[in-house]
Amino acid sequence: MEKFTRFSSRVVPLLVDNIDTDQIIPARFLKVTDKQGLGDNLFADWRFNADGTPRPDFVLNMPAHRGAQILLAGDNFGCGSSREHAPWALAGFGFRVVISTSFADIFSNNAMKNSILPLALAAGDHARLAALLGADPRTELTVDLPSQALLVPGGAAMRFPIDGFAKTCLLNGVDELGYLFRFTEEIEAFERTTSRS
Amino acid sequence: MNAPKPKTLFEKVWESHVVHQEPEAPAVLYIDLHLVHEVTSPQAFAGLRSRGLTVRRPGRTVATVDHSIPTGDPSLPLTDPLASKQIAQMEENARWGGIRFFGMSSAGRGIVHVIGPELGLTHPGMTVVCGDSHTSTHGAFGALAFGIGTSEVEHVLATQCLLQRRPGVFEIRIEGKRGPGVTAKDIVLALLARIGVGGGTGHVFEYTGPAVGALSMEERMTICNMSIEGGARAGMMAPDDTTFEYIAGREFSPRGEEWDRAVAGWRALPTDDGAVFDRSLTLDISDLSPMITFGTNPGMGLAVGGPVPRPEDVKDPSQRSALRKALEYMNLTPGEPLLGRPVNVVFIGSCTNGRLSDLRLAASVLRGRKVDPAVRVLVVPGSQAVKRQAEAEGLDRVFTSAGAEWREAGCSMCIAMNGDQLSPGQYAVSTSNRNFEGRQGKGGRTFLASPLTAAASAVTGKITDVRTLS
Repeated sequence: MEKFTRFSSRVVPLLVDNIDTDQIIPARFLKVTDKQGLGDNLFADWRFNADGTPRPDFVLNMPAHRGAQILLAGDNFGCGSSREHAPWALAGFGFRVVISTSFADIFSNNAMKNSILPLALAAGDHARLAALLGADPRTELTVDLPSQALLVPGGAAMRFPIDGFAKTCLLNGVDELGYLFRFTEEIEAFERTTSRS
Repeated sequence: MNAPKPKTLFEKVWESHVVHQEPEAPAVLYIDLHLVHEVTSPQAFAGLRSRGLTVRRPGRTVATVDHSIPTGDPSLPLTDPLASKQIAQMEENARWGGIRFFGMSSAGRGIVHVIGPELGLTHPGMTVVCGDSHTSTHGAFGALAFGIGTSEVEHVLATQCLLQRRPGVFEIRIEGKRGPGVTAKDIVLALLARIGVGGGTGHVFEYTGPAVGALSMEERMTICNMSIEGGARAGMMAPDDTTFEYIAGREFSPRGEEWDRAVAGWRALPTDDGAVFDRSLTLDISDLSPMITFGTNPGMGLAVGGPVPRPEDVKDPSQRSALRKALEYMNLTPGEPLLGRPVNVVFIGSCTNGRLSDLRLAASVLRGRKVDPAVRVLVVPGSQAVKRQAEAEGLDRVFTSAGAEWREAGCSMCIAMNGDQLSPGQYAVSTSNRNFEGRQGKGGRTFLASPLTAAASAVTGKITDVRTLS
């Protein structure tokens, strides 16, 4: 897994509340047996016309946002299905951070397992950031995971919470499976003492 | 000496599955039952192979195919090469892992959350996971059951454990006695309309109160199934005699002395008097009407006779714009009633409402009636066993005589991965669980409702209050 520490990028604002995983990656694109290519269909039904041409009025298609690695979304991002194809599609497109005020539990877990930071801001900070980007869409933000701060030009750093264990995993680029395997003896003992096999 | 601290059902199940807990780290939680399907598992099996790992406990793992399979004539070959590949890969992965597999030709196959309980695999007090958010269904038995991503599927395959932070417990107390025409689906849609799609985030729901004890197991499953639509990963209900009667005698249920021991353990699971919930809410269902959704998430619901809400009446600006966006997608006029609005398709099925009792409800409306010829009506049993039971009761003939399609088991139009889908702009009344934009087919528009409301709407071709059907 890729290490996540500190980086700077412009932002794509998609200020819709309750963006569900069916919008992030529609179900018809889940008929895959690997993780490749899902970024091509990220937000497919919002991004493309029926004939497959890009919709110029959709933020992801606007030249000003090309190459941005931060997505600024509305409240409760990632609700709905448990499909990990959602963070695979976001990562495939090039996103490394999604900013919201809250995230659906399963999406949040899935995102961090793919080096995507679900960055939850307080509602006031979220609104200030949205206003700032409204005024200057080319604003560049710096995400500093060690200090859990979002650095905004000309303003005070915005703090964000993150689970300490998940933070360590992201900073070191380690996945949880290695950690779980450290407890093989405990798992065996648990199975023995509770008569599970 | 102090009395032991009263505990919730959730706490009892959680604590009895914690293998290890390091300070500051998530718990290592043991998983009793891992259900696997073709769409969210291929990358997990590939991960295992690339790391040189195997399935740790194949006996605790059960696989089927449900999401991408066709529900039409079973004698026809598969025509979708992508779906065929997923199905073949599931079969191959199950063989490789030594996992019990209910494949296309199996009599036991069906939607994973229908067959788990039906086969007697789901028991009170278990931890159950699946790469599918509607795993919450199994909480109806007093299990802790939740959806996971594919990375976590790999973790469970490899270690039979998951790293989990302990969620809060949100008590949903259900009181009162429901009136005619009101089903379990209406209860959960009313809950979602009240708390919204993020209201339960970070929590597990525990449904309590006398109205819960009065529900059948299949009704309980309908409610727990949609806990995830409120943002709660799991929904739980205390196991009781209704639960035990349902489980007794099923294929994988305990027998003899083992059964007696199991039931004695299960009886100790319900929440103790005096146990504390992190949050609580009471829902009185006495005056509840049949519910229907009007918008693009399951929390956008109203009584079937009510008017579509007006954005200008909503104070919060982001909620107002969300409502405006939803009504635009649905092409609905604020303030107008939904009743009488023509629909193109009626879908009866899914892990929410695809069980025998759901089909009986739908059949009770369709018996001796015809569906409106302008409406396509699909009835899709939740499993092949449900299909056989329904046919033994003659329900299939009720549906086909009425002019509905009687299909093979699968997820079908709930997720629209298998060719069963809406065309752009079409309206459906659906007994499934999600009305997100495009969920039932790109550009399709979904009204979520109960099997009774769906069947009544099939008859008239319009959104209908089943209580007024002549």
